[in-house]
Amino acid sequence: MNPSSPSSALTPPGAGRFATRSGATHLLGLEGLPREQILAILDDAERDLARLQKDRSPTDELRLVTVVIAMFEDSTRTRVSFQIAAKRLGATVSTFSSHGLSLSKGETLRDTLRIFEANGADVVVVRHASPGAAAYLAEQIDSAVVNAGDGMHEHPTQGLLDLMTLRQAWGGSFAGRRIAIVGDIAHSRVARSAIFGLATVGVAVTLAGPATLMPAEVERLGGTVAATVDEAMEGADAVMALRIQRERMEGGLLPSFAEYARVWGIDAARVRRMKPDAVVLHPGPVNRGVELAPDVADGERSVILDQVANGVAVRCAVLRRSAGALAREAA
Amino acid sequence: MSPTTVIRGARHWRTGEPIDLAFERGVILDAVPARADVVVEARGAVLSPGLVDLHVHLREPGQGSRETIETGTRAAAAGGFTAVACMPNTDPVVDDIAWVEWVGTRARAVGRCRVHPIAAATVGQRGERLTDFLALRQAGAVALSDDGRPIVSAAVMRHALEYAGHAALPIVCHEEDLTLRGEGHMNEGATATRLGIRAIPAAAESVMVRRDVELAALTGGRVHFAHLSCAASFDALRDGKRRGLEVTGETCPHYWMLSDEAVATFGTDAKMNPPLRCESDRLATIEAIADGTIDCLVTDHAPHTADDKRQPFEMAPFGIVGLETALALTLTGLVRPGHVALARALELWTEAPRRVFGLPEVRLAAGSPADLVLIDPDAEWTVDPAVFYSKGRSTPFAGTTVTGRVLATFCDGEITHLDPVVGLTRVEAPAAAVAAAR
Repeated sequence: MNPSSPSSALTPPGAGRFATRSGATHLLGLEGLPREQILAILDDAERDLARLQKDRSPTDELRLVTVVIAMFEDSTRTRVSFQIAAKRLGATVSTFSSHGLSLSKGETLRDTLRIFEANGADVVVVRHASPGAAAYLAEQIDSAVVNAGDGMHEHPTQGLLDLMTLRQAWGGSFAGRRIAIVGDIAHSRVARSAIFGLATVGVAVTLAGPATLMPAEVERLGGTVAATVDEAMEGADAVMALRIQRERMEGGLLPSFAEYARVWGIDAARVRRMKPDAVVLHPGPVNRGVELAPDVADGERSVILDQVANGVAVRCAVLRRSAGALAREAA
Repeated sequence: MSPTTVIRGARHWRTGEPIDLAFERGVILDAVPARADVVVEARGAVLSPGLVDLHVHLREPGQGSRETIETGTRAAAAGGFTAVACMPNTDPVVDDIAWVEWVGTRARAVGRCRVHPIAAATVGQRGERLTDFLALRQAGAVALSDDGRPIVSAAVMRHALEYAGHAALPIVCHEEDLTLRGEGHMNEGATATRLGIRAIPAAAESVMVRRDVELAALTGGRVHFAHLSCAASFDALRDGKRRGLEVTGETCPHYWMLSDEAVATFGTDAKMNPPLRCESDRLATIEAIADGTIDCLVTDHAPHTADDKRQPFEMAPFGIVGLETALALTLTGLVRPGHVALARALELWTEAPRRVFGLPEVRLAAGSPADLVLIDPDAEWTVDPAVFYSKGRSTPFAGTTVTGRVLATFCDGEITHLDPVVGLTRVEAPAAAVAAAR
């Protein structure tokens, strides 16, 4: 909280949307987020999804709410998903994009975010290349902060949409299920959020991937490490393949896409090792023929497009939660 | 007109025996005179030679927003130090005689303790061309170091060690394989994995320690390993000593007090380089101190501005302050749990570092320089960076209750610090002498 920020200095507490919003509900990560809260967000998101499938006209639930989407790192997919979610709920949405350069210094980062706050941002959705950036901003400004990805750390709305997709595929329950997560665990905020969230709702996690992309002591996050993809997928209820970045080839972390595809790529034969109703997830965009064989990416077990649709619904639920009292006032 | 100062009722740091001691013109007298200008009532406090820190960053020239020679040495005096050796990774780098002399001159003008400049081993600390070792020594440099960076080229390191023999100066090595460190910002392990922070393996340090032990063997050169932090480095140093090589090493309080899990709690206040390691490395640090592998203790006092440290973890600079907490963390983390005796702990901050850099001896005996510190080894206090004399406030020990307090520091016979809080020390007239020292 920052008592000297222009907004709180000029307006008395409780004076409406420009006042200090003490007790702002941030979403900084899934680590430590209680099970009931995760399930409540998923339940809300299911209602949003049901409504969105019937009627795409905006509601006025967040008509008092200004959402700033601040992308300090390029991400078309996440940006678009948040924009659509905010607009579906009738919020005022402003998007800011800057990829490093003048904003590489934290001082400037803080100042920039304070400008959003002074402009009346109730919720700031932030994507930044530095781990902990979202938590840092939550300390610096009074707006509610939603982490849209902070470096390799977390991407909690992705984790929530993965949970939502799995619960749908598994008939509404996480009980007794196990998922294999395959690929570049080390650099993946998607994997971290998934592992934290899955552990909280009681899903067993098996990790597999090249040793160069497996972070130190990863078991302590909650999960076991399998020696091979086949071992990880054997009898699993789902598999999540992670995206491989081309730059991993440059630092000696991986020999080639071809080698990766052969050893760690998921093809139809590997999918058959899982349970008959098991599903295939991928945060996208898919390197076809690398992480997933094309017939797996587009196959009947793939729920990749469900993940995208669920993403908008989950972000509706998260924005409503972060808008807090302002959303309720309008509703 | 130099006053005669008497310290009465102290305990000798090594023997624990009662001791009274007097000094005049910066030199300890052979007997306590009947009349004195200043009397310090020690009331059983421990009297020791002043502490020496071979590894501090005073940030001058050029980085006065982080620290100055004046504020850094004031902090040193508060920590019980009567001498520090300051690192040359300033702006500009202290790599020529003009800047070595400037540091010395500035320290004599505004300093609260003796300041021994360490000169860069290579021009601009770029690891390519050697600096003028003999001229630098003449100008007052006590050691050579590219601290903040490793000397990447093994060939340059070899030649530096060979040539340093002519100047009889040690090369102080910041050991870090930059390719293994990569873009890392904290120790590799469960905490870095959890926080998604890019990590540095302990081997980034130890492979270079191994390399330079071998180069010490090749050249017969004198290597002093800076801020060692992990078990494998201690093993390498142990090995070098067993082979009779001219190798010494230092470590810092944070490496025996904390493991990398502290990063999750203290954020950038627990960010320094080398980083806090895992618990087994922390225990190995204590073992290396206890078994004599480590030759002396240092702080690696590395102040930064609050704005620089108040950033997301990977964006903030490496470095924490240490001068004002070093002694207490030694008593709290090493002496109280019984890892080393009080006298040995003090030796590691006094005689040992003076020996490592060949600085003049200080003894509690007639004729010795009056560089002294009075310590209450049992006083408990809580670390509050807001009252630090250093400009730097970043420390993972804020709010920690510690044991052992510096009551008074005397450098060259002057009172350079009097504890403002505990007040166990009473100083009698003339008031002018005390006021001048404050």
